[in-house]
Amino acid sequence: MSNGLKVLTNGILKENPTFVLVLGMCPTLATTTSAINGMSMGLATMFVLICSNVVISLLKNLIPDKVRIPAFIVVIATFVTLVQLLMQAYLPAIYDVLGLFIPLIVVNCIVLGRAEAFAAKNSVGLSALDGIGMGLGFTLALTLLGAVRELLGTGACFGFHLFPDNYGALVFVLAPGAFIALAYLMVIINKLQKKS
Amino acid sequence: MAKLESTFKNMVLSLVIISMVAAGALAGVYMLTLGNIEAQKKAKQEAAKQAVLAGHEDGIAVETAVDGFGGTFRVMVGFDQEGNILGYEILEHQETPGLGSHMEHWFKNADKPGQNIIGRKAGALQVSKDGGDVDAITAATITSRAFLKAVNQAYAEQFGVEAHTGASQLQPTEEAAEEEVVIIEETEVSHE
Repeated sequence: MSNGLKVLTNGILKENPTFVLVLGMCPTLATTTSAINGMSMGLATMFVLICSNVVISLLKNLIPDKVRIPAFIVVIATFVTLVQLLMQAYLPAIYDVLGLFIPLIVVNCIVLGRAEAFAAKNSVGLSALDGIGMGLGFTLALTLLGAVRELLGTGACFGFHLFPDNYGALVFVLAPGAFIALAYLMVIINKLQKKS
Repeated sequence: MAKLESTFKNMVLSLVIISMVAAGALAGVYMLTLGNIEAQKKAKQEAAKQAVLAGHEDGIAVETAVDGFGGTFRVMVGFDQEGNILGYEILEHQETPGLGSHMEHWFKNADKPGQNIIGRKAGALQVSKDGGDVDAITAATITSRAFLKAVNQAYAEQFGVEAHTGASQLQPTEEAAEEEVVIIEETEVSHE
């Protein structure tokens, strides 16, 4: 069990996909214009990550090594499309918020990266835990980045205004601000991790 | 069971089977959800129609599509008989979340007269950057332009006047004025 716990927390801290592995930068930079957007993208990715990890772990002996990448991509793309269809049909309110981000999950290299690095070599249970851990780590990182950019850019956090938006530096909501905020967060987090 | 060898036969078989299962699952879920998705779209359209008319029974809801920043988006605009805007709803869009997507509320913010278009006459609305008097969404001028173009286009479709893109004032021709009279006789028209 302690092994499972280690796998679970691995993705949140030691190998955080955004701040330590630096994977999946496209959705990270593009969707974190606000805290709620970042969190939504993180949760949608987490769902796909758990599903794809479990299925790929189940299939790992049936996929010959030389064709594993196309096989993984088919599995991942299938799950992303399923999520999109099901959400559109049964959870239209959430789809309205998340719909724009869902197709982006296919190109997120965390999903393929974990399939290749973890799920293809480990048991189903551990792969599911890895999916949850990595998904949580990604969600936390995106929420944090989104919150920082929203706060500095518009003076709000999760839509609640903390100070008037005239004082916000709009650059943080735009693309350059994404790079600046991400870099500073990475510095702070790496510094904290080294100490402990 | 042992891992399959990377022989040609194994590779082809494994990929074919995985793809077929994936295609089957997708087809099944697509058919299962199709009815629901269509119903949701219809419900959204109906709700949008109610919302844009804002309780005016003789209002006219017009649906139109324009190219925005991230692709085509569809807008429904409600007009009263004179062509004043009663309300609008965005039915579908792919604008940047957090920037262009603000158009859903931006142009109907009653607290900010500079950006509010509700109650105004459509046809020649323009963002202030182009010489008009509507404040564009911060950092999303292209989306704002496209949105106002959609509103003007909806007006033109319904009232038969060319949408003005230049800074000139709206001057309906006689033919256009005639067409307007014809349409006033209809009580409620909506373009699909």
